[in-house]
Amino acid sequence: MPQLKRPAPYITTIPSASLPDIIFTLLIFFMVVTSFKQFDGLPVIVPEAKTTAKIEVGKRDIAYVWIDKRGQIVLDDQLYNEETVADLVPILYERRTANPKTVISLKADRDCRMKIVTDVQQQCRKAYALRINYTTRFKDQG
Amino acid sequence: MALKRGTKYEAEIPTASLPDIIFTLIIFFLVTTTITSDKGVSLTLPEFSEGTETVKLKKDMVLNILIAETGDIMVDAEILANRGELLNRIRTSLEEKGKDAEGKYIKIVSIKTQGGTLYDDYMFVLDQVKAAGASKISIAEPEE
Repeated sequence: MPQLKRPAPYITTIPSASLPDIIFTLLIFFMVVTSFKQFDGLPVIVPEAKTTAKIEVGKRDIAYVWIDKRGQIVLDDQLYNEETVADLVPILYERRTANPKTVISLKADRDCRMKIVTDVQQQCRKAYALRINYTTRFKDQG
Repeated sequence: MALKRGTKYEAEIPTASLPDIIFTLIIFFLVTTTITSDKGVSLTLPEFSEGTETVKLKKDMVLNILIAETGDIMVDAEILANRGELLNRIRTSLEEKGKDAEGKYIKIVSIKTQGGTLYDDYMFVLDQVKAAGASKISIAEPEE
């Protein structure tokens, strides 16, 4: 009986030539969707609301205004208070003219008073930035 | 005497480390990307006008809600005993006038606050008004 011949060893390799292409695609995806946080704000606890909905514009079209319970206002890393609130108008107006889609996102503390919130709203009206959004957390019940 | 041709140099950029570099970049963008979107309650403010414009409206076309500093909620000059009633009060009031051709309630809801009213109370009322389906919401200037 003749001796059985050993089967030739198979060399199997995963083709890796297209690996850089795949990674490039992923890279481009993440580069496009990334938007860097431009400004810091104030520590606030936002109220809850049942009708909380997503803002229909992207992060680049949102101007964030923080209001904390001590009456401090922050827009674009600048601190304002009740007396200097009128200084918001030129900045908001510039943002609004540069991008008509601009939405003002009010991140107000739930313990702040309506006086300051209304003051900020009045400045938004003067700056023709009429689309505003009160940042809230989603509430399940009640 | 013929000049000897110079030897040809073969120059290549090494590409073996290319995937590694791109991986590093990917990881960087993965970490910095925030997918979470901003959430909140949207509202469109009226245009600013010097002086107060007076638009005459029939009294029964507007539902007045006043939020006092104390947190009491007044609906059409009547203090609510229980906050839970608010949603139904708004709904019944909106139903009175019915909807227009676009399916929106005709009645206007006017929310008035005082300077010292808590923002949380205001958001509570605005949330209830939105939940009731009102589309014409007016934010009145606060009383001093």
